[in-house]
Amino acid sequence: MSVSFSFAGEALQPLPCGALWWPGESTLFVADLHFEKASHFAAKGWLLPPHATAETLTNLIGAVETTGAQRLVCLGDSFHDEAGPDRLSDETRRALMTMTRSLDWWWITGNHDEDAAAVLGGRVMVEGRIGPLVLRHEADPADPTPELSGHFHPKLVIRHRGRHIARRCFAHGPTKLILPAYGAFTGGLDIADPALQAALAGPATALVVEGDRLLRFPVG
Amino acid sequence: MELPNIINSWFAVRGWQVRAHQLAMLDAAARGRHALLTAPTGAGKTLAGFLPTLADLAAAPHEGLHTLYISPLKALAVDVQRNLITPIAEMGLDIRVETRTGDTPAARKARQKEVPPHILLTTPESLANLLSNPEAAAMMAGVKRVIIDEVHAFGTTKRGDQLMLCLARLQRLAPSLQRVGLSATIADPESWAGWLAPDADSTQVEIVVAQGGADPAIDILVIDDRIPWGGHNGRWAARAVMRRIESARLAIVFVNTRAVAELVFRDLWAENDQSLPIGIHHGSLAPEARRKVEAAMAAGKLRAIVATASLDLGLDWGDVDLVIQMGAPKGASRLLQRTGRANHRMDEASRCLIVPGNRFEYLEALAARDAVQAGELDPDGFRPGALDVLAQHVVGCAAAGPFFPDELYDEVKSAAPYAGVTRESFDAVLGYAATGGYALKAYERYQRLVAMPDGRLRLRSAALARQWRMNSGTIVEAVAMNVVFGSGKSNRHGRKLGQVEEYFAGQLRVGDSFMFAGQTLEVTGFEGADIHVRMGRGSPKVPVYAGGRMPMTTRLAARVRGLMNDRARWLGMPDDVREWLAIQDRVSRLPGSDDVLVETFQRDDRWYMVVYGFAGHPAHQTLGMLVTQRMERAGLKPLGFVASDYAMACWSLDPVDDPQPLFDPTVLEDELAQWLAASPFLRRAFREVAIIGGLIERVQPGVHKSGKAMSVSSDLIYDVLRRHEPDHLLLTAAWTDARGKLTDIARLAALLEQAHGNLSHVRAAHVTPLAVPSLLTIGRERVGDSADSALLLEAEALIAEAMRVD
Repeated sequence: MSVSFSFAGEALQPLPCGALWWPGESTLFVADLHFEKASHFAAKGWLLPPHATAETLTNLIGAVETTGAQRLVCLGDSFHDEAGPDRLSDETRRALMTMTRSLDWWWITGNHDEDAAAVLGGRVMVEGRIGPLVLRHEADPADPTPELSGHFHPKLVIRHRGRHIARRCFAHGPTKLILPAYGAFTGGLDIADPALQAALAGPATALVVEGDRLLRFPVG
Repeated sequence: MELPNIINSWFAVRGWQVRAHQLAMLDAAARGRHALLTAPTGAGKTLAGFLPTLADLAAAPHEGLHTLYISPLKALAVDVQRNLITPIAEMGLDIRVETRTGDTPAARKARQKEVPPHILLTTPESLANLLSNPEAAAMMAGVKRVIIDEVHAFGTTKRGDQLMLCLARLQRLAPSLQRVGLSATIADPESWAGWLAPDADSTQVEIVVAQGGADPAIDILVIDDRIPWGGHNGRWAARAVMRRIESARLAIVFVNTRAVAELVFRDLWAENDQSLPIGIHHGSLAPEARRKVEAAMAAGKLRAIVATASLDLGLDWGDVDLVIQMGAPKGASRLLQRTGRANHRMDEASRCLIVPGNRFEYLEALAARDAVQAGELDPDGFRPGALDVLAQHVVGCAAAGPFFPDELYDEVKSAAPYAGVTRESFDAVLGYAATGGYALKAYERYQRLVAMPDGRLRLRSAALARQWRMNSGTIVEAVAMNVVFGSGKSNRHGRKLGQVEEYFAGQLRVGDSFMFAGQTLEVTGFEGADIHVRMGRGSPKVPVYAGGRMPMTTRLAARVRGLMNDRARWLGMPDDVREWLAIQDRVSRLPGSDDVLVETFQRDDRWYMVVYGFAGHPAHQTLGMLVTQRMERAGLKPLGFVASDYAMACWSLDPVDDPQPLFDPTVLEDELAQWLAASPFLRRAFREVAIIGGLIERVQPGVHKSGKAMSVSSDLIYDVLRRHEPDHLLLTAAWTDARGKLTDIARLAALLEQAHGNLSHVRAAHVTPLAVPSLLTIGRERVGDSADSALLLEAEALIAEAMRVD
């Protein structure tokens, strides 16, 4: 299990799969699952591999089993579009509904999916709060409350020895932590991008989980 | 065939004679034969191709399209004006000629479908698009001839695959269609005739070889008997090259990559005391910029032009009297074709000057000159047609109208590159085109090809046909951003100079300067897909472009080995080179004609191993990966390697005592597969096949930069496919591509075979003369291919150390 770091006085653990584990609250956070992104493209004629939803879900089940989480919070854009839940295969739908029943499952609404996931069980909310942390889909630069969010799909891009290396990362600002996208078919935005810098509202660090180490890269 | 009077007198008025090969082409056409003409530049090749068409149209009026002319170049204007439109006008013939390329306005394209010209000049891409229209069948039914120019530029590429599939379709729409290929001098016309012919039947093709042309005069630049140890662009000789330009009327300075074009242009400019007008021409410059340079060249306003392969083809302008090749030519055919750019009068010798970058390149230049003089050209490696191209073609056919799979299969097999395609492969391609070809039957409701009651397959919707036309084509460029001059937020109408790859653009910040189009440009801002620039100064960065370096051919490599072992030839070489070879022979030994020389020696705290494989850069690169992997496993602690066309050099903390096991051919089994699967080569190949095969959309410039990418990255798809569908059609296609040009497994296999039977290991007391060029590149080239995670850990440690304040 990876190293934890302190955020708003709480010990949080970024996991290699891209989830964030908060042992103190037995809560697992994931952002931007983008379920059924492939079938969204398929309807338009781009026949992407239909395995992404199942793979994302398998990873998620693995993270729940490893951590023993009691609560799971999805930080929005859980589906790629509002019609996404209708396109789930029977198998993945059953697996998802089993999980939303057995865990305290929160769906934060996103800009892609709104409250579409409500049909699958679990609680749907625009914002959530646990302890000192506010939970929302897109970071609010004006709110100084310590905050967990998604939306931006942050990734670290570095150039070292002529190589160009890109990794999903946690974007850590003074009062904000932005999670990487969890979905198998989700791309990323360079943490140095002005849009992400504005959202982080202050000096930022990219956190990358590599094996059992947590690497820190100051941005800018 | 009798030439109509109108054409005869056109020749007579000019005091010209119809040439023998032009008559032969007329004769072949009269007998209803397909024909392949090979001719040196200046032989009136284009006119020879068109003469039968002109004769036909002069003799009897024709309704609709008569002849299609297909060129690898979009810029047909200058050449065709000279070789076709002017003669037609002078003969007073009533023949309409029009072009159709990606740049043709939509209104004109629509009109061409209604009222086709007699002669349509186009590219393979535009032809494929035209054939995907339901109206194509009617439009093409009366076509008599199709002329393919510069066939040698198509043959072994995916564009060639696409073109031959289109020709198969054309032949079915117009069964009596005559195919005509025009080519530069090639090694093996017979096999090209087979490539051109329906059903790969070369006996249906009349081969016409234009004789003559004076032998080219090829010089190698040597100053004061010196040739540098390292480098491969000949940049050391800029001053001497400039003096040669001054004494020529118009020179083309050929370089091997776009980045080198920028560097050489700059070097020459620094030596240009007389301020002669010099231009630059490469594939990343905006089309308008290229047209401008070409026009200036045609008008005699330039004295020299620095160019890449973008100028290799099709420019038959008579004023060039000197070709300068910077760096080694890499192949005899390439040297001959480039040399042919100088002097288009057949009876005068074309002049070419080769500027070798280092001592190996001197030998290579000499070898290429010998090969050209001996008439020994490089054979072309024909390979089976690519399945991603076939997948694209199948959907394009469906866009034109429903088809019976049996009929399409027969048609596809009549295209030479696909003559061997099995019904099983074809059905797999159909399955992929219809539903994506996944084991999981998830996409029945989204399938692109729908079966009709009579067994035909049709496209699901007209929207898919439009989508196909937006994305078809077999050329996949790196994602690029536009370089826009003289603009900013205030002025939206800047001038587009060209493009740089997004990867390079990502490293630029406002205030940075970089070399482009022969100038130093300073970045003033970014906007969507555009980089705004103004004139800059200081030390600019050099844009990097992926790929583009061609390996030395196998035949040339054999000749280089031959020169090393023929002491009589040493006498004619510069002192530098002779001494280099002689000392090598004393302290180590010279590579033989069919062995693999392996040297090991210690220097500082490191042990070096240098392998002289002469197998070309890609094969040596792959060898470096595999050998260092084996060394790692043997506990020799390898640290890195570098590869060139001639050798691979690696270094480690512990010495290699017995190299033989490192070269065991079994390395090509599991180890190669494992490495390749994780390598960037396979990912790069996958991106290309995913775009050509229609799995993902072509990315428009600047889309990534904005962070609003609507498509899914090919890397993510690749990872998912590898885990869930390892036998997927596109993975197979990517493997085929990666094993070919990117890693050159065939040449590596030959090298390992050679090492198996004939490896000579020399334990040298110190670094050897032949090893120096390789060792000099260490530190300048990207070292090895260490795993990303190791680099990531290292980068973090570096940053942590640098930022430490305690």
